[in-house]
Amino acid sequence: MLFFSYFKDLVGREVTVELKNDLAIRGTLHSVDQYLNIKLENTRVVDQDKYPHMLSVRNCFIRGSVVRYVQLPPDGVDVDLLHDATRREARGG
Amino acid sequence: MSTGPGLESLVDQQISVITNDGRNIVGVLKGFDQATNIILDESHERVYSTKEGVQQLVLGLYIIRGDNISIVGEVDEELDAHLDLSNLRAHPLKPVIH
Repeated sequence: MLFFSYFKDLVGREVTVELKNDLAIRGTLHSVDQYLNIKLENTRVVDQDKYPHMLSVRNCFIRGSVVRYVQLPPDGVDVDLLHDATRREARGG
Repeated sequence: MSTGPGLESLVDQQISVITNDGRNIVGVLKGFDQATNIILDESHERVYSTKEGVQQLVLGLYIIRGDNISIVGEVDEELDAHLDLSNLRAHPLKPVIH
């Protein structure tokens, strides 16, 4: 639940999602759900010459199960706050 | 894509699905569920290769199991109409490795 809430706070920010097929997609985070499925707007594939497979796609839904990394804006994470929250969750609430 | 995280905003629209084995299937979204299982109507596969332009294979009505789906993209019809698929060459996408 913690990372679901965390990603909800990032809605509207620009992120890069790297998939488990090496494709990297950059776009504005539109929404996220309990499975960490991600919807991006104004998307572009990072290496469009190598991966022209999504040239006509500007909005997309990415299945949470295929996400390898989400690259965040530098000020998108408050490390101390996240530390505290993860410890609290590890203690069971 | 105005509403929440689901796919309801894409129903009856042209979508482009990338599957875990690297295939690209384009069609009209007719239905979906929580597991991202998808019903696609009037679908076709776009086969990418470096030797020739993109080949389009007609598939018709298709159900894709959610397990096997990587991306569901909303096709911008205008951008799509301007694509010169017959001159587009690329390696096929790699499969997803979990």
